Amino acid sequence: MAAPQVTLQSITGVDVELRVAGVGSRSFAFVIDWHIRLILAFSWGLLGTFISFGGLTLAGAEPGPSFMFVVLLPALGIYFLYHPVLEIAMHGSTPGKRMAGVRIVTRTGDIPGAGALLVRNLFRLLDSLPFAYLIGLSTALFTAQHVRIGDLAAGTLLILDDNKHDKSFARLTSAHRSLDPRVADLLHELSERWAQLEEPTRLELARSLLARADKTLTPSELDGLNSAELWQRLQALLHPAQTS
Amino acid sequence: MSAEAGMQAWLESRVETWRQLTPQLNALERNRDHSAAEALQAIELYRALGRDLSIARRILPGSRVTQALERSYAKLHAIIYRKPHDWRARTAMLFRVEIPEIVSELRVAILWVSLLFVLSAGAGFWLVSRYPELISLLASEQMINGVESGRLWTEGLLNVTPSSVLSVSILSNNIAVSLMAFCVGVFFGLGTFYIIATNGLMLGAMFAFTHQHGLAGELLKFVTAHGVVELSVICLAGAAGTMLGEALIRPTHATRRESFQHAASKGGRLLLLCALLLVGCGFIEGYLSPDPSFPMASRVVVGFGYGLVMIGALTGHLFGRRFIKRAVAS
Repeated sequence: MAAPQVTLQSITGVDVELRVAGVGSRSFAFVIDWHIRLILAFSWGLLGTFISFGGLTLAGAEPGPSFMFVVLLPALGIYFLYHPVLEIAMHGSTPGKRMAGVRIVTRTGDIPGAGALLVRNLFRLLDSLPFAYLIGLSTALFTAQHVRIGDLAAGTLLILDDNKHDKSFARLTSAHRSLDPRVADLLHELSERWAQLEEPTRLELARSLLARADKTLTPSELDGLNSAELWQRLQALLHPAQTS
Repeated sequence: MSAEAGMQAWLESRVETWRQLTPQLNALERNRDHSAAEALQAIELYRALGRDLSIARRILPGSRVTQALERSYAKLHAIIYRKPHDWRARTAMLFRVEIPEIVSELRVAILWVSLLFVLSAGAGFWLVSRYPELISLLASEQMINGVESGRLWTEGLLNVTPSSVLSVSILSNNIAVSLMAFCVGVFFGLGTFYIIATNGLMLGAMFAFTHQHGLAGELLKFVTAHGVVELSVICLAGAAGTMLGEALIRPTHATRRESFQHAASKGGRLLLLCALLLVGCGFIEGYLSPDPSFPMASRVVVGFGYGLVMIGALTGHLFGRRFIKRAVAS
C-alpha cells in the first residue's frame, strides 16, 4: 500500500507530493524528544539541588520557595513546555523530529501557525491517556494520514522531511560533465552504499554502471576487475580531479 | 546535439544557482523582516525553481537531484506563503476581537454548563444532607476527621505550605482541570459533562458536609475571594468543551474533521484567556483565601472585583475594545 501523501499546490502549477510520516517515524521522533527533555529537566534539577544544598541530598534540608521557583518549576517547565516552545521556534520541528526526518505541516503543506501548534500540544493531555500515549498511538494507527487527536484538532500532519538530498546539488560538480547525469546520480548512490552492499551485489552493480559510463572498458576487462579496482574506477569517474 | 549533451548543458547552466539554494533558503527562513526587493527576489527564485523542477522531473525522474529540487521548492513555498509575523497586532486582535466573539457565540452553552454545575452542586448538597455517609466517597478520611472535630482543612494551610508554593500548585492544578474539561469534549461532549457534573457534585457535597458541622460559613469565607472566577472559568472551559462535542454531533463544515478543527481552534483561544485568569485565581487562593486575618468584606470585594476583571477580559473591554453604539432605526 502506498504511503499517504499530501499535495502542496503551487500557483506555478508545479505541485509537490509530501509523504506523510508513519507511526514508526512519529514514535521515533517522540522517543528522542522525550529523552532530550527528560535529560535537560533532570540535569537542571540535579544542578539546582547541588547548588542549593551543596550536594545531591535533601536530608536535613528544608526546600523553601526559592528552591521551588529556581529549581523545580524551571525543571517542570523544560519538561512540559519543550514541545510547544520548540515547535513554534523551529517552525514545526524539534531536535527529535529533525533526527527522525519528520516535520509538522498544515494540511495544505504550509508551516503551521503558533495557534495551531499550541492546540496540537494542548491535546497531548488526551492523547497521552491512559498511559504511554495509548490514545494518540491508536488514533495514529487507525487514521488514514496517521494523525493523533491533537493533529486532528490543529489541522496538522507529520511529513517526512529528510535533508540528505541537500548534498545532491554539491555533487553536481564540473568534474561530472562527461557523465550522463542519470548515471552520475546512480554512481553516487552506489558509492555511498558501497560498504553496506554485499560483495556480489556491489560487483554486479558497479560493472553494470561502469559499462554505461566508461566506454573505454570492454566487457572482458570489466569482468576481470576486482572489488578494489572497480572502486577506484568509480572514484576516478566521480572525482577525476582528485584521482588524476 | 544529443539528448544527453542537451541535458548536460542544461544542468551546467543551472548548477551554480542550485548550489546557492540551501544558504539562500536558510537566510530567507531565519530573517522575517525582508525588504520588498528581497521578497521579489524570492518570488523570482520560486518561479525559476518551479521551471527547473518541472524539467528535472521529465529528464531525471526519481533522481536525487529532482528530490532535492522538490525539497527546496517545498521549503521556499512554505517561506513565501507563511503568515505575516506581527505578534503585537495578532495578540491585540485575539484579546480585543476574537475571544469576545467566541464568548458571544458560546453564550447559550455557557448558560447550560453553568446550570449543569449549579444543579450538580445542588444534587451533591442534597445527597450528602440526606445520606451523610456518602461523604466518604468524595473526601479523604483526614479531611472528614478534621471537619468532624470542628476544623476546616484550609485552616493552618499557610503554616504547612508557603503561599508561593501553594499558589503555583493550585494554579497548575486548576489549569489542568480546565484544559481537561475542554479536551474531553471530544467524546461528543460527554467527557465535559462528566467533569463539570463531578466538580459541581463535590462542591455541593462539601458544603453540605461542612454545614452539618457548622463550618459552611468558614468554607464560604475561604471560597469567596477566588471562587467567583475559578468556578466561572471551569464553566467557560466546559462550554468550550461542549463546542467540540457539538462540532462532532452537528458539523458546521463539510466534514466532521474540519468542523472539529474549527471548534478546537476557537476553544483553544478561549482557553488561553481562561489559563491567564486562573493564574490570578491561584495567587488569590494561595495568598489571600487561607489567611484568616482577611475579613469577609475584603474577600467579597476581591472576589467580585476579579469577577468584573474577568467580564472585562471576556468582552474585550479590558484590552481596549471600544463600545460600538448600534444605530437605532428611527
